[in-house]
Amino acid sequence: MIAGNFELVARVVKARSGLVLTPDKLYMLETRLAPLLRREGLPTLDALAARLRDAPSGPLAEAVTEALTTNETSFFRDGAPFEHLRGLLPALAAARPPGAVLRVWSAACSTGQEAYSVAMIAEELGPELAGRKVEILGTDIAQEVLARAREGLFTQFEVQRGLSIQRLVRHFRQEAGRWRVAPELRAMARFLRWNLLDDLRPLGRFDVIFCRNVLIYLDPPTKARVLAAVAERLADDGVLYLGGAETVLGLTDRLVPVSGARGAYALPRVAALAV
Amino acid sequence: MAAPQPSLGTCLVVDDSGVVRRAARRMLENHGFLVQEAANGAEALAACRASLPRAVLLDWNMPVMDGLAFLRAARAEFGPDRPVVVLCTTESDLSRILEALAAGAQEYVMKPFDEAILRDKLVQAGLLPRGEE
Ligand SMILES: C[S@@+](CC[C@H](N)C(=O)[O-])C[C@H]1O[C@@H](n2cnc3c(N)ncnc32)[C@H](O)[C@@H]1O
Repeated sequence: MIAGNFELVARVVKARSGLVLTPDKLYMLETRLAPLLRREGLPTLDALAARLRDAPSGPLAEAVTEALTTNETSFFRDGAPFEHLRGLLPALAAARPPGAVLRVWSAACSTGQEAYSVAMIAEELGPELAGRKVEILGTDIAQEVLARAREGLFTQFEVQRGLSIQRLVRHFRQEAGRWRVAPELRAMARFLRWNLLDDLRPLGRFDVIFCRNVLIYLDPPTKARVLAAVAERLADDGVLYLGGAETVLGLTDRLVPVSGARGAYALPRVAALAV
Repeated sequence: MAAPQPSLGTCLVVDDSGVVRRAARRMLENHGFLVQEAANGAEALAACRASLPRAVLLDWNMPVMDGLAFLRAARAEFGPDRPVVVLCTTESDLSRILEALAAGAQEYVMKPFDEAILRDKLVQAGLLPRGEE
């Protein structure tokens, strides 16, 4: 690539998504953008850069950004947050009036495994939720993964990561060698394209937020900004789960760790502030 | 002094393919299991009678005695919990999975599998602690 063109692509991607591309990611640019180059009939990355220079915010910039997202995920990823959620949901249900809906947000949901893991837990809790319904919203910046999440159709490989065989037969239906999430679970989940850098207020408030393995790709100022905006979407007694390599330390004081639960954060209690 | 590798107990690998047995052996030994091999259900049953392993990684379709026949015989003889049986087979039809679970299998790996899937399933079966991710 001609000097300056990598930086141009990186600037466009960062402006759209917050994702940071360091120069050592040149190989990633080459492999992940190859299909896009073919589709657009562009001979080289430099030709793509030239097009981006003229239209840094059009559909092409969007497609480039999407192609450079990392979408790796799995059911019940890391285990612990979901174990914690199993205890948390009944407590939240008990704290809400009858008929209340518990809202859960999977804030960078990729292909939907996180959202459906939450749905499985809600379904398994059944009567422990005392009739409170659980509504799950999955959002992501990338359209392709969202389309897959909505389908709820997973490969044999995907359903063997993080799922016990008992959960597989309970919550999925087999379809020609693939596995579709059961209709009851799909009915709990909705998927919406949303950029975490955009105004998050239209999404409303959530009792539980999963914002996992997305902050790691952002630079510290963007992390801080996204965390603050996400914290604002959290109910007073809600819990936010971050990924295993993520923390709020040094980024925001609007969130405090939940003691004894790694990766779980809550709003500081009003009472604690009043001391 | 080299610290002895803590053992997770014995896993019996039952498969009529030597290639699969060797691949599974390598993965299981990496995790700290002692590995024994059997080429069919009858050999596996004999091995269990000699010394009951902690876990059995069990193929379905094998000559002499197939995996399900072994599983039923083992459950009748040794009870519902031990050894922990993880099916590992190209049979991936839901009806087959349900059949194996009804016969007393604890986990089920659909071939082809890789190291990550096997590790994950061993965790699900309670045979491996969940690692720090
Ligand atoms: C590695 S996946 C994490 C999936 C899941 N949360 C998990 O922990 O397994 C990261 C996701 O973040 C999405 N993403 C990246 N930047 C984003 C942004 N600015 N707004 C919304 N989603 C974004 C990517 O498209 C990708 O699907």
